[in-house]
Amino acid sequence: MARKILRINMGDLSHAYEEVPEKWAKWAGRGLTSTIIADEVDPTCHPLGPNNKLVIAPGWVSGTPAAPSSGRTSFGGKSPLTGTIKEANSGGLSSQKIAKLGLAAIIIEGMPKDGAWYTLVVTKDGVAFESADDVLGKGMYEVDEILWKKYPSKPAVIGIGPVGEEKLSNAGISVNDPENKPGRYAGRGGLGAVMGARGVKAIVVDDTDGPGVEIADMDLFKTGRKKLTDAITSHDLTKPNGGLNSFGTNVLMNIINEAGGLPTRNFSAGQFEGAAKISGEMVAEMVEKREAGMTGHGCHPGCIIKCSNIYPDADGEELVSCVEYETAWAMGANCGIDDLDYVAMMTRECNDLGLDTIEAGNTVAIAMEGGLIEFGDKEAALGLYDEIRQMSPLGRILGQGVEATAKAFGVHRIPTVKGQSMPAYEPRAIKGIGVTYATSTMGADHTAGYTIAPEIAGVGGKVDPLSNEGKAELSLTFQAATAFVDSTGYCLFIAFPILDIPDGWAGMAESVAGVMGMDITGDDVIPMGKEILKIERDFNMKAGFTAQDDRPPEFMRYEKLPPHDEVWTVNDEVLDEVYAWVNGK
Amino acid sequence: MQVEVRVFATLRRYLPELGIGEAKIMEVAEGTTLDEIRGTLGLPGDEVKVIMVNHKQAFPDDPVQDGDRITYIPAVAGG
Repeated sequence: MARKILRINMGDLSHAYEEVPEKWAKWAGRGLTSTIIADEVDPTCHPLGPNNKLVIAPGWVSGTPAAPSSGRTSFGGKSPLTGTIKEANSGGLSSQKIAKLGLAAIIIEGMPKDGAWYTLVVTKDGVAFESADDVLGKGMYEVDEILWKKYPSKPAVIGIGPVGEEKLSNAGISVNDPENKPGRYAGRGGLGAVMGARGVKAIVVDDTDGPGVEIADMDLFKTGRKKLTDAITSHDLTKPNGGLNSFGTNVLMNIINEAGGLPTRNFSAGQFEGAAKISGEMVAEMVEKREAGMTGHGCHPGCIIKCSNIYPDADGEELVSCVEYETAWAMGANCGIDDLDYVAMMTRECNDLGLDTIEAGNTVAIAMEGGLIEFGDKEAALGLYDEIRQMSPLGRILGQGVEATAKAFGVHRIPTVKGQSMPAYEPRAIKGIGVTYATSTMGADHTAGYTIAPEIAGVGGKVDPLSNEGKAELSLTFQAATAFVDSTGYCLFIAFPILDIPDGWAGMAESVAGVMGMDITGDDVIPMGKEILKIERDFNMKAGFTAQDDRPPEFMRYEKLPPHDEVWTVNDEVLDEVYAWVNGK
Repeated sequence: MQVEVRVFATLRRYLPELGIGEAKIMEVAEGTTLDEIRGTLGLPGDEVKVIMVNHKQAFPDDPVQDGDRITYIPAVAGG
């Protein structure tokens, strides 16, 4: 059975299955969400108004048998945080279940006329529009629990917390993990507010007796799958008991600190004296010492990397899953906080309220910079999340993210590009990632083109992080490869082994070719990624963005960052080279 | 002369006496290279992916200087 589009109209509470149009047929995941948004959403529309849409798409290989680490779901729309096109993707249960229902994408459009809130229940039989009264106003921990009791088939639960209900710009979209906890987020860019604006509190996806995923060429799929699996399980970073499996993404905390690129106290220094205390090594030590929680946790069925963790409190009870690098940095180093328990408590608040942790941690740091509370004051920082929970006027400002908060507190050191705050790598110390932040179609986003791999980790080659040389080309290559991987349904972390192991790279493409019956090889990855980037870039240009928006924040040009005492020195002309090809230059 | 050495992540198992982020202070002769120090510490060459000296990328054959802050790094990435 060919894949279908499920279109849900919240205006008249109707739904329809549609054939996938020819021009969308080759895409999945990010490639498909961005194509649909570009085709159907006016780039100048208000992201919270009636003309925006939320598109949800599993990747090419999602839902296929034993495709390794292939549980990513792409969410697309026009972002209320950035005003650009947005794709944010997440692990959890949803990708494989949507795919097994035979769906290429779910498009949610319109707004309920009566202002009511709904839980959409998606099964093989269609969509039921249930009242969301039983979950409205509740945090995601409770929402997931209530909905698994109500729907005992252990479905995927896609939901928004109170921040999404209030349509604040830092609202993420939660997906439940295999233990039905809400730690998996399509976090960046405020797509939770776009979902809230459609009157949708939650989407329950039950794939019972679904048709499954059609595989055009099973032999080719299996060949590719094996090559990719071998690459993942043999690379030091992704193999069992390797770096990611043992310490999670937070294995980076000490390393980026050593490189002098760990943004500290709102991007005022590149090293944090408390880095070791909030590192992945410390998470592992706490799990061992407290004899509770775990490392090597998988965020979705079939993951063979398992970089997640479950962090226990002092009593041995589960506190949160998971404490990953970006989060530990945002809540920790960037706020001058070196207490892992507080980092974990703030992470839990974000997971419950429905906040993106990177933007939330940056927002608290801005409030510290603005004098609302002191850097390092962990009690006061935790209290700010309660302001958001109470939806006090202060909480509403904080829930809007960094730029709104900076305005409210008169702060000018604002680490954003296109309205979105930077993740845990300092552009002044690691130049290539700064090029990605500046030029990405998504606003400042490390996952958009992770040059950290060659600049810091020696993965996919080795380049000097402090040098400007070749960084435009490096960033573009990573941005294009990422756009492809974001379309596969595979976790982006497969990129690390396959950058070093050519057979794995080829295997990724072959597994996609096998599922889709497309004539592609590893050589098509970058060109197809660029096709996606062009679609996104064109949308942004129509939305009013120009080359002047592809710039890092001003303060990075004149404030020297210790310990390297570097400023941002990449020329604007170099930044403009990254996307010159879109305009035929 | 003296140098300080740190190891992280999976390399810590070779220097279990060090706390997280704690440095080992070593006396070394002039002209000693980063690779020689790695060997002295018993860190397997194929597990050391990156070396940093004073927060900058360095290479195995580089000689060390008095007071250098040296870090041996295994395969890491994330985000």
